[in-house]
This record gives sequence, structure tokens and C-alpha cells, in this order.
Amino acid sequence: MQTLTTRSKVASNKKMTFVEKLYLPAIMGGMALTLKHFFKKKVTIQYPEQKREFAPVFRGQHVLKRDENGAERCTACGLCAVACPAEAITMTAAERKPGEEALYREEKYASVYEINMLRCIFCGLCEEACPKEAIFLTDRMVDTDYVRKNFIYGKDKLVDPLNNPIDVSKRETRETREFKTHPEFTHNKLNTKSLK
Amino acid sequence: MTFSLFIIYKIVLVVVVFLISLVIAMYSTYAERKVAAFMQDRLGPNRAGPFGILQPVADGVKMFMKEEIIPQVSNKFLFILGPSIAMFTSCITGAVIPWGTSLHLFGHDFSLQVTDINIGILYIMAVTSIGVYGIMIGGWASNNKYSLLGALRASSQMISYEVAMGLAIIALVMHTGTLSLKAIAAQQVGWHWNVFYQPVGFLIFLVCAFAETNRTPFDLPESDSELIGGYHTEYSSMKLGFYLFAEYINMFISSAIMSTLYFGGYNMPLIGRLHLSPNTAAILGVVFLFAKIFFFIFFFMWVRWTVPRFRFDQLMNLGWKILIPLSIFWVAITGFVTLMIHR
Repeated sequence: MQTLTTRSKVASNKKMTFVEKLYLPAIMGGMALTLKHFFKKKVTIQYPEQKREFAPVFRGQHVLKRDENGAERCTACGLCAVACPAEAITMTAAERKPGEEALYREEKYASVYEINMLRCIFCGLCEEACPKEAIFLTDRMVDTDYVRKNFIYGKDKLVDPLNNPIDVSKRETRETREFKTHPEFTHNKLNTKSLK
Repeated sequence: MTFSLFIIYKIVLVVVVFLISLVIAMYSTYAERKVAAFMQDRLGPNRAGPFGILQPVADGVKMFMKEEIIPQVSNKFLFILGPSIAMFTSCITGAVIPWGTSLHLFGHDFSLQVTDINIGILYIMAVTSIGVYGIMIGGWASNNKYSLLGALRASSQMISYEVAMGLAIIALVMHTGTLSLKAIAAQQVGWHWNVFYQPVGFLIFLVCAFAETNRTPFDLPESDSELIGGYHTEYSSMKLGFYLFAEYINMFISSAIMSTLYFGGYNMPLIGRLHLSPNTAAILGVVFLFAKIFFFIFFFMWVRWTVPRFRFDQLMNLGWKILIPLSIFWVAITGFVTLMIHR
């Protein structure tokens, strides 16, 4: 039978020799081992200064993206809230007023968009459900806080900042784009119908 | 030397020795955490100040700010007396250790030893025996099962290992022919360190020193996996701090005693060839002594993070069935050899 490790030893009940009974050689061996570790390179990553590299598919804090002209993409369709298994997303829709075309891409927009970060399980289903390529999970961590109410993130924290947009190219893979434009899926059909 | 000058010199020396023991005990806690971390491939405390060197200060402030709890069912007088005795006894052992030869200043000789009593080793044995009372009284006064068990373990362990330690010292005294620590340190000029004449005696002394200071692998009185905190379970705030601090001072003092008794104290081989002025040589001697002490403190920590804790019956077996017969045997050998040489 193949052993699981190379270091396994068969236990035996044979009498210890005199040298073994002294224990001192064994203790010295142990101390040599700890001394070796004393000079080894440490594995610690010092968190706030040093950050561990995330996997490209890491799902962290959400962002509501803007389009190329800086208008919000979200149309408050509510598909993300429906898709959300933790029911963390709530929103209120509003109609775009004349003169607000630079702010919102389509006639309808979310006046309130809230994600409860304590409920969210960061599954990414909202991202998959979104027909407008508006919501994305990024490689940012949700900050800690002392009170629960601060974990309900509103549009002030979620919408992409105008001057330095957050990079979501890692999550915008070809497969997701294909999936989102695929005519077989219902949300795409609704999308094309409403646009017509 | 006039009387007033003598008093001032002694007071200064006492205060310096006291402060040095406190500072070393303080930084031993930091060193312990660093050594532990390094041996476990971690970094250890590194946030308070550069490399975390202000960590002991932060710990001290935390200890002082903690709520002071004296249990209702405890004996209040004894409850406070316990840590006081533990701290007091560990601080006064430094009095007989020769920290160096002597400094020649302003036409006077200032010996770097607080007091040279001719029974220095006996004094240390006596004071460490009183140290047991600190732990015993504290554990008893807490009126708590775990504390009492810890105190019982501490007292039985210390009494058992004091026998072997005393016998190891008897062998050493037979070799040196004096009980004065100053004379013992002075004898070990050059390479004549006692460890080369008393290797087994040193080994016994070392093991007993671990047991006397309640350090791993003999930390049964405070084994947290079995007894919560052992004798200091009920203690909080700075009274707990005193117990922990006393342990580190004990570690420092026993390192100093081991260096003095077996590793030549302030002597360093080959230093006589440099023809230094007496004062420089004395200061270098102090530096050498502290280098040896720091090595032993590191050794204490090194062992702590390597060797697991003994079971209580193993501890008693080792003390009574192995160390005591071995030390009696070693006393006999030493006596025989000494007789052969001096005949």
C-alpha cells in the first residue's frame, strides 16, 4: 500500500536503549530543529501594508459602473435584487428628468440603491443577472466598522468614482459577455424588446 | 572610605541592580514573544514602536488599567501578600551576585557586588525557598480549586527539585572549597570554568533551575490547559503582573547564578593578554557576564518553545528517582576525585 507521507513510521513497543532513555539527544535534536526555524524566512504577510494577491476571480465589494460618458448604467430593473440569494439588495426606481441625460444612461434609474454588506455572501449572482453590465464585484475588501448600520452601503459608496474608475476588466471575461448577449436567455430577450 | 560615601555607593548600586533586573524582566517578556514567534516562523509583536520595542510598555499600561478584582471568598491579606512575596524574593536575590570585579574611582575601590556574604549560595537557596511561599500563599488565599492545585504542584515541585539542586551545589562547593559567590567567580580565571570540572553537576543544576523558575517543561503550577492559570487563576491587574514579572526576574537571576557558578561569571578567557587598565577590564567583565546571562535567558526560552510539558508523575520520577540519585553519585565522585588530588 502506498503511504500518505514519506515521514510515516511504524510504531513499535521495543524497549528503549540507554541512550534513548537519557532523552538528552532527542531534546538536542528538537532544539536544533527549533533553532533552524528561528533563522528561517517568516511567512507572515503584514496585512495593511502588504497585501496578499487575490485570485483573478476574487469577489469583493461591489461597484456600480458608469458608461463611457460617465452616466450611470443601472436602470433599477431589480434583476439583481431578485437574483440575490441573501436578499441583500434593495433599490428604489425613479424617472430621469430632462437635463439629467449626462447622469443616467436611460430614462429610468435607481434613486436609492443599497447593499447590506452583512447579508451579502459575495456569490456574484447579481453580477450575472445584470443585463446592463452595471454591477460588478471587485477585488476590494469591505471595510470593518463598529456599528451595523454602516454596513448598508448606499450609492455614495457603490457608484464608481468619476475621476478614477475601478478596474473590473478581470471579471468582464469573454464568457460573461457572451452569456449576457446570448439571445436564448430571458433577460436578454426582455432587454432587446424594451429597447425596441 | 567614609561612612556617608559608603552608604551612597551602596544605595546607588542597589538601585542600579534593581532597575536593571526590572528592565531585563520587562524586555524578557518581549524577547519571549519574539523568540516564540521566530521559532514558529512568525514575526511576533512589531506594531508598538520600531520592531515592537515599546510592546512591554503597552503591556504594562494594560496591566495597570485592568480592573482590580479581589474575590469575596478570598483571604484579602494573604491574597495581596502572595504576589508581594513572590516579587520581593525574586528581587533580593540579586544582592549577592558579583556583577564584576571592582571599579577604581576617586581613590576608592568600588566593588560591583552589593554585598559579599561568605555564604552567598546558601543565601540564594534560602531566598528561593521563601519564593515558594509567594505562590503557595497566593494559591491558598484565592479559595479556588485550580489555584490550590497549582499551588500544591508548585510547592511539591520546588521542594523536590531543591534537593537535587542543593546536592549539585554541594558537589560544586566541594570542588571550589568556598560558599562565597565572589570567591567562586574569582577562581574561574581563564578557562578554569567550573562547567568543565562539574559537567554533570551543571546539568542537574540546569534542570533544577528550570523547575525552580516554573518554566516549561516544568510549568505544571500554571499549566493553562489543565488548571486554567494555576495559582494565579484568580489574580487580575498588576497583582497578576507581579507574578508574571517575578517569574521573569527569577529567570534573569538564575541565569546570572548559572553564569557565575559554572561559566566563569565576569571572567573571559584570553582577556588577561590584552593588558587593559583595571577599570576597562572591570567594565568589560560586566559586559561578558551580561552576554552570558542573555545567552541563558535565550536558552530558557529556546527550551520552552521546544520541549513539551511533563506529566506530573513523570516530573516526580525525574526529580526523585533520577536527579537525586544522580546528584548523590556525582557528589561521591567529586569527593573521591578531590580526595585523590589533595592527598
